[in-house]
Amino acid sequence: MRVLVCVKRVPAPGARINITDDGQAVDAAHLGFTVSPHEECGVEECVQLVERHGGEATVLTLGPVEAEEQLRYAASLGVQHAVLLSADTTQWDPQRTASAIADAIETLEAEDGAFDLILFGNESADTGGFQVGIRVAHKLERPIVNAIKGIDLDLDNSKVTARREIDGGREIYELPTPAILGVKEGLNLPRYPTMKGRLASKKVEIKVLEAEGDEGQQSRVTLLQPPEQVSNTVKIGEGVEAAPAIVDLLDELGVLS
Amino acid sequence: MSDILILCEHDRGSIEPSTLEALTFARGAFEGDDLHVLVCGEVDDLAPLGEYGATAVIVAEHDMLRDFSPETWGQVLAQQIDDMSPEVVLACGTSRGNEVLAQAAARLDMPFVANVNEVADDFADDDETEVTRVQWGGSLLERAGLEADTKIISVTHHAVEPVSAEGEEAPSSTFEPEIDELYARSIVIDREIAEAGVTLSTAPVVVGGGRAVGSADAFAPLEELAELLGGRVGCSRAVTNNGWRPHSDQVGQTGTRIAPELYIANGISGAIQHWVGAMASKKILAINTDPDANMVTKADYCVIGDLHDIIPAVIEEVKKRS
Ligand SMILES: Cc1cc2nc3c(=O)[nH]c(=O)nc-3n(C[C@H](O)[C@H](O)[C@H](O)COP(=O)(O)OP(=O)(O)OC[C@H]3O[C@@H](n4cnc5c(N)ncnc54)[C@H](O)[C@@H]3O)c2cc1C
Repeated sequence: MRVLVCVKRVPAPGARINITDDGQAVDAAHLGFTVSPHEECGVEECVQLVERHGGEATVLTLGPVEAEEQLRYAASLGVQHAVLLSADTTQWDPQRTASAIADAIETLEAEDGAFDLILFGNESADTGGFQVGIRVAHKLERPIVNAIKGIDLDLDNSKVTARREIDGGREIYELPTPAILGVKEGLNLPRYPTMKGRLASKKVEIKVLEAEGDEGQQSRVTLLQPPEQVSNTVKIGEGVEAAPAIVDLLDELGVLS
Repeated sequence: MSDILILCEHDRGSIEPSTLEALTFARGAFEGDDLHVLVCGEVDDLAPLGEYGATAVIVAEHDMLRDFSPETWGQVLAQQIDDMSPEVVLACGTSRGNEVLAQAAARLDMPFVANVNEVADDFADDDETEVTRVQWGGSLLERAGLEADTKIISVTHHAVEPVSAEGEEAPSSTFEPEIDELYARSIVIDREIAEAGVTLSTAPVVVGGGRAVGSADAFAPLEELAELLGGRVGCSRAVTNNGWRPHSDQVGQTGTRIAPELYIANGISGAIQHWVGAMASKKILAINTDPDANMVTKADYCVIGDLHDIIPAVIEEVKKRS
């Protein structure tokens, strides 16, 4: 079995997201980097699939050389192969990103065989375009369903059962493999790397491909801060002595049933 | 006058309120233009579409549209775009809305801009134009340029309240689209129905707990308080990552967006990704040891202190008064 997960390096902001002076990017000077929680679950799922079915997992990212950090993190959790699609992605729109990733997957599959399952995050943490996985699936002529929070892979029957959370329940899909899924956080509980995993990840060879991709039709003009909600926080007390005042407030707001 | 094509989101025949959001947005942004609504499969009652401003309804009828599939809906929408060459294609930015627009855009190799709050003047008629859209789940905005004759966009879910236009029933027509049989592969095959009751997104009170709660067991007092107030327990990602609560309790960018009358945030620092999920709450009470925590400075009310002492005291007081 071969599985692939695609991830994106993004800054990890705290209380506020600052923008660079030219308005083109998040000011990440004092920030660490990570991948979306959706993609963390994608990585974990691939590792679990390999534990269950054997075979190999690959992680791919399109981004700057620094994204090696995110590839090594995935490797420290148990992913065997890592691919960096190298590009300065500041002005890459979803069409171009998808076209470059689809080309790269075709290259990887021509060398080592098809992936039974490819996972994307449902949407990236930063730009949130909701489409790269779908465009890749269309190019590769594979089925895709988004917003997936449960996966059962049945290799003997070449199918994957996928569950999608909706208001008041879940929808069930059954796709023939090879298939692609857009996954969301809640799919599983990602593990933390072990010391042994961290050491092993340093030795994983990173395959570097140049990202090309056909020019897209969407561009960034500028990033903007949303209008700030101003609040004058009313301090209603300190410690346990505040309990009666809290219950007065509950009463006033009409939530004491 | 321009042609605006709007995707009707419905589940096995009942129209979703998100469709009415898309129509309300379209009425404001594309005043005087023709608002065509595309319905994939049968809908019980088409009247709300006209009521909310549709000028025409097009129903695609086909056996394979008996239930939802992103691929069948995407192919039908792509066909309709091809036939009509509308200036704008619009849906609400729900899971389904974004998914179907992306499916159609991929087939036509056209751009698709997700989660738009605002479009430029003359958006429909310009083939080089701009939108304002959300990034980081709403923590940041982006002005984006778009070069296309047909502009495919979704409008951010909950960015507009559906408002009736008190319109007449719109004239409707039907057609039979061509759907590749292969796409039967992604039709919904079954559903699991969750137990009824208040959910996190509809609860009138949410009692939230963060890393400071400390363990799964230590959520018991938060559960008790939530129950006393007819609400639900919510949590931060630090909590789900530790395995103390299921992900379905997580509030935030990659969790649930809540909008209760009151959100009581206990031991939660208020990272921006948590805040975007909580900011639609009518009132927020932060309980935190740190007076400078982001949650505290953004809340309507705060109590400074240890949640482990304060919550039991509040429970005691609520019981005393009932
Ligand atoms: C792309 C992305 C998406 C994310 N999505 C989400 C999301 O959907 N939801 C989410 O919640 N997070 C999300 N996060 C994580 C987020 O950035 C924070 O890491 C997380 O919200 C922190 O959780 P916390 O507030 O419980 O913990 P902390 O930040 O550790 O805060 C703990 C708080 O408890 C207070 N405290 C300590 N002791 C006590 C006590 N005894 N009594 C009272 N108060 C006390 C402290 O002062 C502090 O304010 C996301 C991150 C990324 C990068």
